[in-house]
Amino acid sequence: MATTPKKPVARLEVKKTYKLYINGAFPRSESGRVYEILTSKGVSVANPSLASRKDLRDAVVAARAAQSGWAKATAYNRGQILYRIAEMLEGRAEQLATEISLATGVSSKKAHDEVLAAIDRWVWMAGWSDKLSAAFGATNPVSGPYYNFTIPEPQGVIAVAPAESFLAFIDAIAPAIVSGNTVVALVPGSAAIAAMTFAEVLATSDLPAGVVNILTGSHDELAPWAASHMDIDGFDISGISKKKRADLKVAGAENLKRIHHFEGALSPTRIYAFMETKTVWHPIGV
Amino acid sequence: MTFEYAPAPESRSIVDIKAKYGHFIDGKFVAGKNHFATINPATEEVLSQIALGGASDVDKAVAAAQKAYTRTWSKLSGKERGKYLYRIARILQERAREFAVLETLDNGKPIRETRDIDIPLVAAHFFYHAGWADKLDYAGLGKSPQPHGVAGQIIPWNFPLLMLAWKVAPALATGNTVVLKPAETTSLTALLFAQVCQEAELPDGVVNIVTGDGRTGSAIVNHPGIHKIAFTGSTEVGKKIARAIAGTEKKATLELGGKGANVVFDDAPIDEAVEGIVNGIFFNQGHVCCAGSRLILQEGIADEFIEKLKVRMAKIRVGDPLDKNTDLGAINSREQLLKIQELAGVGDSEGAERWSPACTLSDKGFWFAPTIFTGVTQAHRIAREEIFGPILSILTFRTPQEAIEKANNTPFGLSAGVWSEKGSRILWATQQLRAGVVWANTFNKFDPASPFGGYKESGWGREGGKHGLSAYLKEGK
Amino acid sequence: MSFYGIVDGSESSLKHFLAQLPGVDQVGAEARAAMLATRSIKTSSKRWAIDTAISMVDLTTLEGADTAGKVRALCSKAVRPDPTDSTVPSVGAVCVYNDMVAIARTHLDSIGGEHVPVAAVSTAFPSGRASMEVKIQDTQDAIDSGAAEIDMVIDRGAFLSGQFGLVFDEIVKIREVCGDRAHLKVIFETGELVTYDNVRKASYLAMLAGADFIKTSTGKVAPAATPPVVLVMLEAVRDFYSMTNHRIGVKPAGGIRNTKDAIKQLVLVNETAGPEWLTPELFRIGASALLNDLLMQRMKMDDGYYASPNYVTID
Repeated sequence: MATTPKKPVARLEVKKTYKLYINGAFPRSESGRVYEILTSKGVSVANPSLASRKDLRDAVVAARAAQSGWAKATAYNRGQILYRIAEMLEGRAEQLATEISLATGVSSKKAHDEVLAAIDRWVWMAGWSDKLSAAFGATNPVSGPYYNFTIPEPQGVIAVAPAESFLAFIDAIAPAIVSGNTVVALVPGSAAIAAMTFAEVLATSDLPAGVVNILTGSHDELAPWAASHMDIDGFDISGISKKKRADLKVAGAENLKRIHHFEGALSPTRIYAFMETKTVWHPIGV
Repeated sequence: MTFEYAPAPESRSIVDIKAKYGHFIDGKFVAGKNHFATINPATEEVLSQIALGGASDVDKAVAAAQKAYTRTWSKLSGKERGKYLYRIARILQERAREFAVLETLDNGKPIRETRDIDIPLVAAHFFYHAGWADKLDYAGLGKSPQPHGVAGQIIPWNFPLLMLAWKVAPALATGNTVVLKPAETTSLTALLFAQVCQEAELPDGVVNIVTGDGRTGSAIVNHPGIHKIAFTGSTEVGKKIARAIAGTEKKATLELGGKGANVVFDDAPIDEAVEGIVNGIFFNQGHVCCAGSRLILQEGIADEFIEKLKVRMAKIRVGDPLDKNTDLGAINSREQLLKIQELAGVGDSEGAERWSPACTLSDKGFWFAPTIFTGVTQAHRIAREEIFGPILSILTFRTPQEAIEKANNTPFGLSAGVWSEKGSRILWATQQLRAGVVWANTFNKFDPASPFGGYKESGWGREGGKHGLSAYLKEGK
Repeated sequence: MSFYGIVDGSESSLKHFLAQLPGVDQVGAEARAAMLATRSIKTSSKRWAIDTAISMVDLTTLEGADTAGKVRALCSKAVRPDPTDSTVPSVGAVCVYNDMVAIARTHLDSIGGEHVPVAAVSTAFPSGRASMEVKIQDTQDAIDSGAAEIDMVIDRGAFLSGQFGLVFDEIVKIREVCGDRAHLKVIFETGELVTYDNVRKASYLAMLAGADFIKTSTGKVAPAATPPVVLVMLEAVRDFYSMTNHRIGVKPAGGIRNTKDAIKQLVLVNETAGPEWLTPELFRIGASALLNDLLMQRMKMDDGYYASPNYVTID
């Protein structure tokens, strides 16, 4: 590209440094690495952090620490926070649409629609928090003087590796956290910019620190570490190509991680996939 | 004079064991090529010769199951499928005593348990799932959920026929066909079940049974014609299966190991808690994945409780599994006995204090006295590893939080128990315990309507209840 | 006053002590009793159990229609349950209403049954609804007439309304009347106490107040001596022994009609309180029809064929 001398403008735009989102804070990658996102015309959009496996380790620590508190919050409270995310996102819709369009090259109309869809997903998901027991629980008529019930509970810390789009990222984290899991999201390539702006939404939505942690960079680099991490309970690998899934599942077998991938519309099955059911027995007597 | 109970052996004349067995494929018994002996672990008497299934046997069984799936079973209405299951349930009830005696002979577990627990639950599982067959639209999986096809099922030796029922009943009710491999040391009741399938006129190939060892199981897991794996066994083998199917579209449910904690608070119903602890670890010789193998006792009652536990343990009757008064039977195999002995030795060398009541053990067969270890800490191997035998590790706690932390401090998450007469404490504890099944003021209770399965390294998925059906169905519309 | 150094007899000390007893989980207790009921007692052990059970029977008649003749017949049967077989042991005691005590004692002594004690149901049996003075007089009367064992009832109304001190005092007073002359059995009427928690509390209350035996029922109320009720009482005497070094006896009464029921009771004793309790000194079974069934089972074991009621005496 030929260089043309730049002239000073009346007011220079202040650009954002895209960092990571771990434990409610915005650190740079401990590795100091960044990668460049270019427009289709080759213009530099941003230099997001290229997260390392040590960042992953830190994110898992944050997610683990936040998990029991998040799970203990009432379902009503979790639902309100998820709805708050939708509210905050609505206010950032323009900015996110612009960023998505710039980073991915889709039309601004398409980018806008994607953000609106994401907002509606959060509203839909917010309503699930206090219906999961009704949908996935049961009282079981056992043959004997026992009260027996089954309730769904969050699994713990879930890693998600969504495809390279903002909506795919939302579709991975929302069903994981609504039940009380905490998340470490591995956001690939050009999705990083919108994801990190979304982190600012999370930071202002009363979501406790560590419930969602966002690492930007490369699936190839981070996913194997997530798959083998013994303190991660589940892994949503929807954004991983079919031929690369097997290796992750092999690594994940070491702690029998729940590894799933999803296609098609968001459904409650995706919430349930990262829950465990607990069945409780108690005698009935005087 | 003391009250000695004279021997009260159940008659074994009701069972007819053949000298040699083949596989059950496509509705017929077919001869095996190589065989191995199956013995009565209480006496080491050879009961029969069992066929060692190879890849070609598995091939034939999968082909028969696929053919049955395509041609008959998937075409049959749920109502008709259900009627076959009801028939099987009824025949199992009619032949219950025969199954109970055969199970006791082959497994070594007491006749009281096979008669009163295993076999009645087997029939109950078929009854329960029979009713689901034409009601799958109400299983919470959308309209018209679909079966996977051929299910490969590998079951353990601790509850041979009951684990068969846990696997076969839901698979058939949901419209799948089955290739099942019983455990190497306990094939006989599965082969008798094959006769029940014939007697029930179940279409050929719907249930196929291939006997053998780990290699046979591996051939099933790796067979491309298998769509769904259901495995109950060790966590180690469960992980192998998870790796083996990583590159495939095969679905899997895994019911694996555990190190269940039984937490006793100082306000527990003490006598029933003692019973629950005894039942939790000495039921089925401790060969129970959900056994309460760790007792976590509140310090203030620890001495008194352990004293009561010892008095109660002295009443455990160890001996001939066929004797109706036996409480603790034989260890299932020499291999398992060696493993138990080894871990007990580790408990000694780690400084825990071992205690067993006086009991005479036969020098024939495989036996291990009911045993407790006191002075155990979280760091001891006997507090962390699954022993799968009649050994209880006893730890103490001072605050409820500490009890929960100790209970959850394990990679397993299958079962837990909590004992307290305070309702709010029970509910708090059941909420905190990370386990798929929590027994509160009771232990080791099972029911076909009650989902069973573990958190963490105790496995994937649930068996039983509405939740168990999802393992055998693809979501409908 | 101090009772076993555990309570001082005051309402507050009793409340405090009873409140700290562990609860009984109904389902768990019933499951344990049901499991023990599956014990299969055969051949030599059955023979031993039948004779032991016979020696533990408190052969009872407690009917408004009782007559001196009926009581004498009962006494004859108590001494030699099977007139054709002298190897059958005498029963544990004869249990009658107060006014029949003297008749029973005299007759027993006249037929060589000096070793068979007479038990009297006193204290306004079966309801216990009378003044304390009457209860004391009732007891005194029975002892004076030759009763060596007093089967008293507790005031269930007082117990159920939480007046443990009142119940305790009554037992203490009757204990005083009995002195060294008579053993005291305290009847709870467990069918009216309803819960196993209450059975456990009543057991301790009675033991602390000086009972020699704790007894389930009057025989007038159902359910009576169910296996789980007896289980809970056997646990109480076992634990009381480890607290005090005193062995208290247990007497189930009511509903034990055949040999199978009786053997279940012996199994409960053996595996709960322990073999030390398998003696008429510490375990009795209050019954009437049971004895004939035990005799018929005994005949079957000796002869090898099933017996007929025609070959055992009806009274």
